[in-house]
Amino acid sequence: MPLDLIVKGVLTGLVYGLGALGLSVIYGVTRIVNFAHGEMMTAAMYVAVLLFVWAKVDPMLAILPVAVLAFVFGFALQRTVINPFVTRPEHTQFMLLVAVAMILVNVQLIVFGPDARNVMVDYQLESFEVGPLIIDKARAFAALAALAVAAALFAFFRYSLTGKAIRACADNQLGARVVGLDVDRLYALTFGLGAACVGAAGCLMLLLVDVTPMQGPAYTLLAFIVVIVGGMGSLPGALAAGVVIGVSEALAGFYFTPSAKSMFTFALLVLVLLFRPQGLFGRRV
Amino acid sequence: MTGAGPGLALRAKVLLAVLAVALVAAPLYTSDYVLSILILCLYFAYAGQAWNIMTGFAGQLSLGHSLYVGIGAYVAAMFFVKFGVNPWLGALGAIAACAVIGAIIGVLAFRFGVGGVYFAILTIAFAEFTRIGFDHLEWLGGSGGLFIPVASRHTMDFLRLRGPPVMFFYIALALALVGLWISAALLKSRFGYYWQAIRENEEAAQALGINVFRYKLYAVMISAALTAVAGVFFAFYYNTLFPEQIFSMGRSIEIILGPIIGGLGTLAGPIVGAFVLTPLADLVTELMELLGIDTPGVKQVFYGVCLLVVVVFLPNGIWPAIAKRLGFPPPGGHS
Repeated sequence: MPLDLIVKGVLTGLVYGLGALGLSVIYGVTRIVNFAHGEMMTAAMYVAVLLFVWAKVDPMLAILPVAVLAFVFGFALQRTVINPFVTRPEHTQFMLLVAVAMILVNVQLIVFGPDARNVMVDYQLESFEVGPLIIDKARAFAALAALAVAAALFAFFRYSLTGKAIRACADNQLGARVVGLDVDRLYALTFGLGAACVGAAGCLMLLLVDVTPMQGPAYTLLAFIVVIVGGMGSLPGALAAGVVIGVSEALAGFYFTPSAKSMFTFALLVLVLLFRPQGLFGRRV
Repeated sequence: MTGAGPGLALRAKVLLAVLAVALVAAPLYTSDYVLSILILCLYFAYAGQAWNIMTGFAGQLSLGHSLYVGIGAYVAAMFFVKFGVNPWLGALGAIAACAVIGAIIGVLAFRFGVGGVYFAILTIAFAEFTRIGFDHLEWLGGSGGLFIPVASRHTMDFLRLRGPPVMFFYIALALALVGLWISAALLKSRFGYYWQAIRENEEAAQALGINVFRYKLYAVMISAALTAVAGVFFAFYYNTLFPEQIFSMGRSIEIILGPIIGGLGTLAGPIVGAFVLTPLADLVTELMELLGIDTPGVKQVFYGVCLLVVVVFLPNGIWPAIAKRLGFPPPGGHS
């Protein structure tokens, strides 16, 4: 039934949106395109798998420790490797992050092997019945958690001093330096926050799908598409576009074949790039 | 090379002569294994040069060149397998197909002002879209793959491109040289100067009266058409085509690693890069075997670390760093 599919797509899409939010934050502020984004997501998923296997930590509860770990990783990565590249040409930045992505994917392959891993929580097979709708419990929880994390991020950027300082960097890097902001530290912080977002999204994804190392590049692409469809730099746009992509995937998987679902995602991207390059929810620059 | 001849020091000339003789005579003294690596080096040198025209010369970042390799390979293989058309004619079809696809992507993107990172993502999207499309195209084997019948490896059928590795070695060598010649000719022509102007500052180029739209389109079309030939070579050398592999993003990245490591926008960069990276990858494989490590992924991690080191310490690539020392004039390249 289509309504079931749409709800499923919306819920999954919110998790996609949270992952893409990380990419959007990083690009919006540092202008660095994080080509290792999806690889960071699968890394987070594996950490969540380990926490579940070793300590029976529910992926929903793993969000906090995984996000903290991801933050530290992102912060350190920006500080040590990426920061010197902020002013370099695009293709050099791209090569750097491709190298990082290659290392991340293959370290995961070495450590965890090529087989798919998943977690089984009690509520995974349960569902809510709302009128005629049947909604997976795990999917609903994941979507709610994604909304909560996204809301926390919005609040941080809107109300905290550091958040405002980061937005100042994004608007005018030179101006931010002139008024005495430590731009390098703020960039590292931003990268850490972006990584934390995708880390949290990874934990939630684990409730919906299995993880294999080779999914990393596909998630990177997905995050890109979500961000472009939503409008680079627009945070609510990323969430909304995640939902759009989630629904299009769910419908395409049902009416055509599941293996062709990303074709529709790419077609959507091409259409958006051509007719509304600022994204569905972005402002024209 | 730009300004070859007067700008070359004696040692550069000697070096080139030695390299030329060593390459042409390679099948005489190398094993099949070394020859196969040389073929791969030359293949990547050629494909890298084709990509370099679009990204290195004209500054339009393409991350989806596997699209043109794949279409080139599939078109020529289709003509051969389905209609018995010989690969040389098939290559013309492949070139035409890729030029048209390049033109479509270029017109769509440049007409609507899609540039930079967005353009790069658009190229990936087209490649991925085509990959999934071919996965479901049962007429050409779908995800199960398309196979070109293998004849005896000892009979030489140049017209139908069925023959021993030595034949493919000389074809690859010719491709790499033709690629170099085309690149050099383009770089010294009006095209090359316009492209570099566009690469350095598009608005300034426009203000000078360059038809930016048209010249960016030419860059994409020429690059796509040349890459198609790499695809034809790939198809008839390997005889098997899987959409999953040939259109994958990994393949696109493989193509562009060489030019970037070698020196983006330079003439020698793609060749130097291919001849450094390909043997390096193989060396690592050998080393892993020697150490008895057969865990998948170890090689790629090493590869990634090498890449990281080069990008961090030699941001302009290997060639600009060594050209002067070898007696070559300083290459222009991508700044």
